[in-house]
Amino acid sequence: MGQKITIEPVTRVEGHGKVTIHLNNEGQIEQTRLHIVEFRGFERFVQGRPYWEMPVLVQRLCGICPVSHHLAAAKATDVIVGAGTGEGLTPTGEKMRRLMHYGQIFQSHSLHFFHLASPDLLFGIDSDPSKRNVIQVALQHRDLAVQGVMMRKYGQEIIKATAGKKIHGTGAIPGGINKHLTEEEREYLIHGDDYMNIDKMISWSQDALEFFKEYHKKNKAVIDSFADFPSSYLSLVRKDGAMDLYHGVLRAVDHEGKKILHDVDYQEYFKYIDEEVKSWSYMKFPYLKEIGKSTGWYSVGPLARMNTVEFIDTPLAQKEFEFFKQYNGGKPSHKPMHAHWARLIEILHSAEKIKQLLSDADLMEGELVVRGNKQLEGVGLIEAPRGTLFHHYKIGEDDMITMANLIVSTTNNNQPMNEAVKQVATRVMTGKKEITEGMMNAVEVAIRAYDPCLSCATHALGKMPLEFEMYDVDNILIERKFKD
Amino acid sequence: MSKPIVATTSLAGCFGCHMSVLDIDDRILELIELVEFNKSPINDIKKFTKKCDIGLIEGGCCNSENVHILKEFREHCRILISVGECAIMGGLPAMRNGIPIGECLEEAYLNGPTVVSNEEKILPNDPELPMLLDRVYPCHEIVKIDYFLPGCPPRADLIWEALVALITGDELKLPYEVVKFD
Repeated sequence: MGQKITIEPVTRVEGHGKVTIHLNNEGQIEQTRLHIVEFRGFERFVQGRPYWEMPVLVQRLCGICPVSHHLAAAKATDVIVGAGTGEGLTPTGEKMRRLMHYGQIFQSHSLHFFHLASPDLLFGIDSDPSKRNVIQVALQHRDLAVQGVMMRKYGQEIIKATAGKKIHGTGAIPGGINKHLTEEEREYLIHGDDYMNIDKMISWSQDALEFFKEYHKKNKAVIDSFADFPSSYLSLVRKDGAMDLYHGVLRAVDHEGKKILHDVDYQEYFKYIDEEVKSWSYMKFPYLKEIGKSTGWYSVGPLARMNTVEFIDTPLAQKEFEFFKQYNGGKPSHKPMHAHWARLIEILHSAEKIKQLLSDADLMEGELVVRGNKQLEGVGLIEAPRGTLFHHYKIGEDDMITMANLIVSTTNNNQPMNEAVKQVATRVMTGKKEITEGMMNAVEVAIRAYDPCLSCATHALGKMPLEFEMYDVDNILIERKFKD
Repeated sequence: MSKPIVATTSLAGCFGCHMSVLDIDDRILELIELVEFNKSPINDIKKFTKKCDIGLIEGGCCNSENVHILKEFREHCRILISVGECAIMGGLPAMRNGIPIGECLEEAYLNGPTVVSNEEKILPNDPELPMLLDRVYPCHEIVKIDYFLPGCPPRADLIWEALVALITGDELKLPYEVVKFD
């Protein structure tokens, strides 16, 4: 008897995704789909609004990493006001934005590691799910919980000092930034009490990496052999090949690390990338045009960045990067659980960058904004915590938006997540009469490895709860199961 | 007295209000001593297991699923609070309210500069996808809401003070600037 299995995150937090798996009469997997069931219509309803509203309007897409949207929109509107395509801002403008962005990476990655990953690592992936959550971390490992809370707080304090507010700030404006860093803010971020100082953050970042590496040594199977499959990777890189989370050229590499997109100017991203539309999901499927729909897909995010960049320009993170590359034989890592490792290296890199910036006098004085000749079109890209984020606007002569195109980080990971679901489902469910908690968990872990913002809420705050529904061929519900 | 029970959800919101709850920082460790969480992404209880004292709603309703969850919260929560602009008045997603939904779909899937390969003009329409509503509705137009916490998102301190006020029975101070700005 053929059957359909539905896996649904029931709390239906941010992005509302669910998985369906169709089995045929022999119990073979016929089809797996990760559906994104949310639609808002930003592309249309921002039309007719003035372009300078974009950095504050469009960040309301996501309250988990709003700074990423704020800055990608600001970079697109920089082009529109004639302030160049990423290198034309004043030193103050660029450095304040970079500080804001590194604060964002620091808080978002910390939140993910301590709230999502640490329960799995502390209690074990196979432990009692009802006890495997962040509240138990707080109750049983208070020091670690305090560290996670305070690292997130530090990143949020940086955002407040640069953007004016911790969530949905207003700091970045077309052509620059609207404030300097004050002496009080700088002093607080360098030497603050109650752990709120950058040296503490760097040392905690190193501790977290050590914690992970220790765990890795003892649990090789969990980290190294879960659901790996070959993928291509895409990210911004600095022109010299260094990691640069704020600005760069677009590079993609194939599964062996060979360049397949050669450091191109992202103002012309649409020449290289297109998106497939499928009737069963609101999330589109990006791919590299030259390679084509079926095999041109790629992954983005922390692991992708480890695979595209050649080095990291801060010493402590570079050392960790070298170890990571050496461990993977100099080749791209296709192991989804290595994304946790990559995220921790980026936390350390961000902390080092924050320290450098805080001692830079340009933050405290200097011109805030530049203007040039107005353009009617602009593209802004940034490496958000979860990967490359694209904003593209056109305006009319009256300054109102006439076209907006957004490719958000998680959309880039749409096909990879679908591949991961198919791979895991095929491996664990083929020919099985009954769907067990373990099988459901395997699918969940596969999706979670991508830290998708479609459910970043559950990712950030706890586990992704799942509901499975099994139907017979006539679509009659025959069994329903919940998984904590 | 046993601990008050709190449930939370995000409907058509951006999850920024939940993030603002986390911005109470180390007081989160106090909060888990003060209250017990039921259905919420904070602890993964996905179905209500008992009646709750306080329900926090983020986001308005943009599809049939949002409406279903909101009604479920009203049934199970003694006090229901609209947290943030989207729950209170639809917020930014309600900018689509003056525009036919078909136009929004066409812009995203047919007209954009990176959907040129969609020659068959596919629009997402699978039965697995919940029905979009004609417009985005604020929560109080669907069910009775007891309190409203303004802001986009409400400041962490305001969320903290509101919870403490409810738990202790004190009155919450809501100064003009908090209502006017966030």
